[in-house]
Amino acid sequence: MKLTGAEIIWECLQKEGVDVVFGYPGGAILPTYDAMTKYPKIHHVLVRHEQGATHMADGYARASGKVGVAIATSGPGATNMVTGIATAMMDSSPIVCITGQVGSKAIGTDAFQETDVTGVTLPVTKHNYLVTKPGDIARAIREAFYIAKSGRPGPVLVDITKDAQQMVAEFDWAAAEPKLPGYRPNYQAPASEFAKAAELINSAKRPLILAGQGIIKSGATADVLALAKAANIPITTTLLGIGAIPASSEFNLGMMGMHGEAWVNQAIQQADLLIALGMRFDDRVTGNLKTYALNAKKIHVEIDPSEVNKNVPVDVALIGDLKEVLGELKPQIKKADHPEWWATINVNRGDSAVRDIKNLPDSGHLYAAHVINDIWRLTQKRDTIVVTDVGQHQMWEAQYFHHDKPRSLITSGGLGTMGFALPAAIGAKFACPDKDVWVVVGDGGFQMTSCELATAEQEGIKVNVAIINNSFLGMVRQWQEFFYDKRYAATPMTGPNFVKLAEAYRLTGLLCDKRSDVKATVEKTLAAKGTVVIDFVVEKEDTVFPMVPAGADLDKMIRRPKQDVMLESGSDKDWEMPSSTLPNVFVEAKAEAKALNGRAKAAKKPAKAPARKTAKTTRR
Amino acid sequence: MAKHTLIAYVEDVPGVLNRIASLFRRRNFNIDSLTVGRTEQPGVSRLTVVVEATEAGARIVEANLYKLVNVLRVDDLTHKPSLSRELGLVKVRVTPQTRSEVLQLTDVFRARVVDVDEASIVIEVTGTPEKIGKFELVLKPYGIIEITRTGSVAMARGHEALTSNPPLVRATGGKEDHHAHDNSGISMSV
Repeated sequence: MKLTGAEIIWECLQKEGVDVVFGYPGGAILPTYDAMTKYPKIHHVLVRHEQGATHMADGYARASGKVGVAIATSGPGATNMVTGIATAMMDSSPIVCITGQVGSKAIGTDAFQETDVTGVTLPVTKHNYLVTKPGDIARAIREAFYIAKSGRPGPVLVDITKDAQQMVAEFDWAAAEPKLPGYRPNYQAPASEFAKAAELINSAKRPLILAGQGIIKSGATADVLALAKAANIPITTTLLGIGAIPASSEFNLGMMGMHGEAWVNQAIQQADLLIALGMRFDDRVTGNLKTYALNAKKIHVEIDPSEVNKNVPVDVALIGDLKEVLGELKPQIKKADHPEWWATINVNRGDSAVRDIKNLPDSGHLYAAHVINDIWRLTQKRDTIVVTDVGQHQMWEAQYFHHDKPRSLITSGGLGTMGFALPAAIGAKFACPDKDVWVVVGDGGFQMTSCELATAEQEGIKVNVAIINNSFLGMVRQWQEFFYDKRYAATPMTGPNFVKLAEAYRLTGLLCDKRSDVKATVEKTLAAKGTVVIDFVVEKEDTVFPMVPAGADLDKMIRRPKQDVMLESGSDKDWEMPSSTLPNVFVEAKAEAKALNGRAKAAKKPAKAPARKTAKTTRR
Repeated sequence: MAKHTLIAYVEDVPGVLNRIASLFRRRNFNIDSLTVGRTEQPGVSRLTVVVEATEAGARIVEANLYKLVNVLRVDDLTHKPSLSRELGLVKVRVTPQTRSEVLQLTDVFRARVVDVDEASIVIEVTGTPEKIGKFELVLKPYGIIEITRTGSVAMARGHEALTSNPPLVRATGGKEDHHAHDNSGISMSV
């Protein structure tokens, strides 16, 4: 069958089972857009910025497990995609980006809208292609899909010259089968390694499972729970691992890392065996590598061999698909109970529990954690996907929204891309039209990609946007509070009237600044037909606790004050100092910060003075 | 830290050398030398790369090379009996008085004179990188005008089978060798 290159692109997408693409037209991709009209089965979503297209494809991929597709033109269209591609790369999300390129004869001449896109995206893609002949398009796209979704998933970019889109070639799907002699997505660990791993697990006294996103990618939730049940092993998740293990599971202790639960980080430091499943020991998870889990042997189950021993040296590595590895490992695991280990964890938990904020009375202040927890309570019976942006609200969501299903939390973890949430949520809604999709986003991140509200309006889809509006770049402000003497350089931030903004886009806008209004606001949002934007005006200087300062030991956390925490959890409270050496910058900041603490809102302090715990910190 | 010599077989497609160079830059690996050339198989190029790395670091380099879609096979020759050779061209200043001395040294190093004029000689020398370094050293007093070196190429001794998988794994599927290849690539671009 003779087709133009442009038609071949759409034929390939159809064969790959693509039902929706996110894109933005332009000169070098015009032949493809022209051919699109012949393929009505594929729905095209016109975005407002190419970054949005990649985030939507990413959100679609994370919500569905399928490959997301984004299309853009050459030059600026393609370079605008880079942030979204890098986001997908860091979080192993399978997307295929198709970009137009100037005519093959014009390559290298600095032609209008020419950029070396394969060069630019080389370090942030799993693989990329420059196609200059129509006959090569089918194979490039087929390989792109195969590479994107197999092994450790990731983004693949196919850059296609304008003349290749225009010229005619024979389209033969069968002949375009991937030929990738050097690509090995599937590995198996040697049997001897399984025996070693089983021996470590069977002899461990204080084992702990570190659950990462690999569980979701591999669909191994049941297998991990079976392993945990067999030897009564507690589980903690990474940020991207949230949802991999139900929050309601008795084995799930909660999130680890910089803003993880204190008892979880303590458990990691006390464990004698860490079983890392589909996670990569990111620095936000380990803290200081020199003091990380020194008591523990480590087993690393991972699909990507290059992740093994990268940050944390491990004792046994099981390379392969998580589900298959656990299937082979499970029969070798002996039953165990570890009552003492659980007792230790429970003592830590009791000592340092984040207070249960669910039923606390209204103090007149609106705190982000309240908002997020209330949304969770009010939507528990519904099938909900939450998409978060990056910053304080992201951490509060991770702490106070309890996810019981895989793929119910979508967030930019590795790259920490502000502006991710709204477009990714639109992508997720296309993947799961029957689910509620909530966006939890800060006022800063929202303003980065708020133009995509127009996309939601044009497509007539419903996403519920909860802006956690504190008029600050909150997480940066928090770092400035702790480590830069409260010098709030460039973090106070104004925004538009979000209600009017929503209305300007012909959407519903709601304002909520009282705890007592949260319920009605959420109910109104759920009842509304189209996209709703809620401006939750929350306490300005609120702080995410606990916190491991970057590079500090994992169990040396800045802790939440020991009082009626969530009634008054703003920065008008003392935070509890870690009781050992911290980086100098922190020690220096401490005295000043304590002196300043509470100054702004001293009047609101409860009569009972908080127990100030002075840290016995010493300078290094 | 020690020098590790890695051999990589790669598909001869445009941009592949760029991918490898980019990987080394991005992961902050230290390249001592990198050479690339054809092999007995059309469409397959062979790359010799010498990196400064710890043992664990070398394994990570190897695993990262395997992650590149166009890399067919990687082998670390560091702990195997192997040969390593480099070629250098040295243009050295001579006078009628020093010419014979330089020629003598050339003989000692089993090097070859490839060009002579009234004031200089160009000498071709092959051997281990250390030998070429030494040759450069002894010619220095005469005045080296230019010098160019190719970087190491290396090969294992004997006929033992080479690995075709990253460390710690056994392959599945069995189609892991580099027999099928793509001839569509015209040449390698940097």
